Amino acid sequence: MENQILSIITFLPLVAAVILALFLRGDDAAARNGAKWLALITTAATFVISLFVLFRFDPSNTGFQFVEERGWILGLSYKMGVDGISILFVMLTTFLMPLTIWSCWGVETRVKEYMIAFLVLETLMLGVFCALDLVLFYLFFEAGLIPMFLIIGIWGGKDRIYAAFKFFLYTFLGSVLMLVAMIAMYLDAGTTDIVKLLAHDFGHETFSLLGIQVVGGLQTMLFLAFFASFAVKMPMWPVHTWLPDAHVQAPTAGSVVLAAILLKMGGYGFLRFSLPMFPVGSDVMGPMVLWMSAIAIVYTSLVALAQSDMKKLIAYSSVAHMGFVTMGIFAVNQQGVDGAIFQMISHGFISGALFLAVGVIYDRMHTREIDAYGGLVNRMPAYALVFMFFTMANVGLPGTSGFVGEFLTLVGIFQVNTWVAAVATSGVILSACYALWLYRRVVFGALVKDALKTITDMTGREKAIFAPLIAMTLLLGIYPSLVTNIIEPSVAALVADYHDAVPLAADSVTN
Amino acid sequence: MTSADFQTILPEILLSGFAMAALLLAVYTGKDKLGPMLVWATAGLFVALALYIGLAGEGERTVFSGLFTDDPFARFAKVTILLSAAAVLMMSQDYMSRRDLLRFEYPILVTLAVVGMMVMVSAADLITLYMGLELQSLSLYVVAAMRRDSAKSSEAGLKYFVLGALSSGLLLYGASLTYGYAGTTQFAGILTTVQDGVPLGLLFGLVFMLAGLAFKVSAAPFHMWTPDVYEGSPTPVTAFFATAPKVAAMALIARLVQDAFGGVPGQWGQVLAGLSVASMFLGAVAAIGQRDIKRLMAYSSIAHMGFALIGLAVGTAYGVQATLIYMAIYVTMNVGTFAFILSMERDGRPVSDIAGLNQFAKKEPWKALAMLVLLFSLAGVPPMVGFFGKFYVLKAAVDAGMVWLAVAGAIASVIGAFYYLRIVYFMYFGAEQEPVESRMAPVQWAMLAGVALMMVLGIVNLFGIEAPAALAAEALVR
Repeated sequence: MENQILSIITFLPLVAAVILALFLRGDDAAARNGAKWLALITTAATFVISLFVLFRFDPSNTGFQFVEERGWILGLSYKMGVDGISILFVMLTTFLMPLTIWSCWGVETRVKEYMIAFLVLETLMLGVFCALDLVLFYLFFEAGLIPMFLIIGIWGGKDRIYAAFKFFLYTFLGSVLMLVAMIAMYLDAGTTDIVKLLAHDFGHETFSLLGIQVVGGLQTMLFLAFFASFAVKMPMWPVHTWLPDAHVQAPTAGSVVLAAILLKMGGYGFLRFSLPMFPVGSDVMGPMVLWMSAIAIVYTSLVALAQSDMKKLIAYSSVAHMGFVTMGIFAVNQQGVDGAIFQMISHGFISGALFLAVGVIYDRMHTREIDAYGGLVNRMPAYALVFMFFTMANVGLPGTSGFVGEFLTLVGIFQVNTWVAAVATSGVILSACYALWLYRRVVFGALVKDALKTITDMTGREKAIFAPLIAMTLLLGIYPSLVTNIIEPSVAALVADYHDAVPLAADSVTN
Repeated sequence: MTSADFQTILPEILLSGFAMAALLLAVYTGKDKLGPMLVWATAGLFVALALYIGLAGEGERTVFSGLFTDDPFARFAKVTILLSAAAVLMMSQDYMSRRDLLRFEYPILVTLAVVGMMVMVSAADLITLYMGLELQSLSLYVVAAMRRDSAKSSEAGLKYFVLGALSSGLLLYGASLTYGYAGTTQFAGILTTVQDGVPLGLLFGLVFMLAGLAFKVSAAPFHMWTPDVYEGSPTPVTAFFATAPKVAAMALIARLVQDAFGGVPGQWGQVLAGLSVASMFLGAVAAIGQRDIKRLMAYSSIAHMGFALIGLAVGTAYGVQATLIYMAIYVTMNVGTFAFILSMERDGRPVSDIAGLNQFAKKEPWKALAMLVLLFSLAGVPPMVGFFGKFYVLKAAVDAGMVWLAVAGAIASVIGAFYYLRIVYFMYFGAEQEPVESRMAPVQWAMLAGVALMMVLGIVNLFGIEAPAALAAEALVR
């Protein structure tokens, strides 16, 4: 039982999706409610089972736990397991999915298919974080595109087709390059087992390719191929342009999943593959990544200031926050990586909540234009409070989880590259600018627009969805050790291995 | 000639005998009224023979003084050919009967074409190769023009014939050069000759033969006939063109380059790699603008042939195994896809415009879902089985140190994903306009749903085709 628990968590939503597809007939109100309830119950059950994993997890053990392994085709294996780095992403996913499902209670078109898409998506996302086989990882990673493509394309906004195609092709291109790199790794190491690959030494002798000296050799090439995939997924400047389109066009629940969980796959990939497997490649390309992150933070914050669409503004803010994550990861020290993981978890709660908050007023007014709103506080006091809370968390107010992540990554990077830290810190100020300005324009002021005169405050269901998110954001802000205790040993091992490997390589180059 | 010789070609003899008996029977009795019965009988015979070859066949032997060979490789290809031909026959019966297209010659010509293909994949001599190829091609020219009252179908037949004859000419010219320089038509003899260096004339012969065969698999730049023939032929015939003959021709290329020129992969590896890259990119790019689903499938098959050629271009046993698996997956996907295309109609007339599929998912959620699975599989998106086909050939390429070929394939597969997604887009997101109906005979529905299920469930162990494919590849590459 203990060994299969990750498979149970991963495939439980899929089972529910199959049941929905096969046994739920008709499209009347009863069928729609049935689909919603089944999805909600399944995702909630998944969360409950995943709690068991969390409680049985031993943080002091830096290896993989709950490992399950079976033979598969092509000499590959079906292998699942979690360590201190991945377990919290699993928890984030299982925690957010019931809330996401609950938030789409108002959907009326093709409800059954909508629920199936989200359930399948949950299976695939959990698979990504649990997979311990390279190809299995790739399988889950890529397959996640299909339900998301459909979610954007079928239930999205006006320009959903363009956004869906852009999303799919952008991410697909990045991933197939990663696939080639994976095959190369397989042939180099003779295995696709991630645990063994982590221990394998990939070549780092400089070689010449088409007359160019490739410093770091094979590792640099592999790093770049993986980078192509993860940077798009993350997304990092300058390959972030698919994200605002996808976010704006996706339905609310789609945006929530995209921002809160799917983006984290990029960061997870960097931590699972790039840093530990290609330390020399990471060392060679690290400065570039740091500067890309710094540019991302400042540039996308400025772009966010100019947006007139609420979702687009939050999307750009997500890109900026992901900039902190990549910066923390490639600082490669305890604070930096701790902060990056913390930032990803906290961003999962905060950005998810912000998209839900936009969804609340979008459901009422059917527009996301900032200019269409103003003075909401007069009729929606509860909403104003919730939105205020998450705006502050997004800015990184001390006491919320947003602060801890940003602070840790900045501390981490300051020890490595002061200039990048200086540039990135200015991003914190900019984020306060756009977030507070958005809040002022939407919530404060006099309520003059006629359309808004009859708007109603949040319902009990909406409040109930936000409550756990508020609780988690506060809890992690006040007591961050809850997270850092779990990740610290694994991160420490990761950082130590990295710093062991890099100078060794440097020695062998100079000799 | 001994009884062992005849024992070896028993399936081919049986099929030929069946074809002639069926011809006589139909001519002297019910003519076209016998059509449906003949179709089912032929399909049944194909399946029975596939089982016989797959289960009873063992060992390797070359018979008829080195003209004909029977080995695991030939058996793998034959089983694939027979099963896919049987599937196509079964699903075309309803379509053709309803449109009064089902002449009794159709199953007979298909049988003869299949005999030709079986001879092709067993060829151990240039003469056998040519005989099999021509028997196959001549039968196919006729079925392409089956719809005599349609200008398009006649055009397809004629075009196919003229270009096919040209390619046969190229092949023959190459074969005669090869004979001239090697002094023998037997593959084994050619293999010994090339061990001590390849004379320029022999190289010319090889290139001409490869060009001729590239026509048959419709690899770019010899693909020009494909879209027109696919579009013009009746849909069941198109389905047949897209499946069994492609396997046969691909297997024939594998046999020629490995059995006759196996010692010198450097001479043909680059040629095949070039064909492969050209096909992948041409197929991917040219399909984007297509409005007709049959033309789209033509370009799709060009692109798929490019991927399959990667496995052959690398020249290793693993590469051949990858190609065999790729082809098996490819024909399976095409059977499912064409089962769907066969069902598309408007007011009882067959249609093939993609735009007609607008909002198809609303009317027929199950068919749309099955098609969705197939399209993602064709695009090579995991977790569908189509991904494993691509994974195999890319792995073979990286394995043999041809990383550039793998990268090219990866990029082409992204471009290719676009047009498969476009069909998904029409089915699921499009705006409603002049819709198509989908009328399916139970057997078509079974093929579509069955293949879609296979594409999902195959992820568990690929239905165990790995081991026979590996055995086949080892038999071929030594």
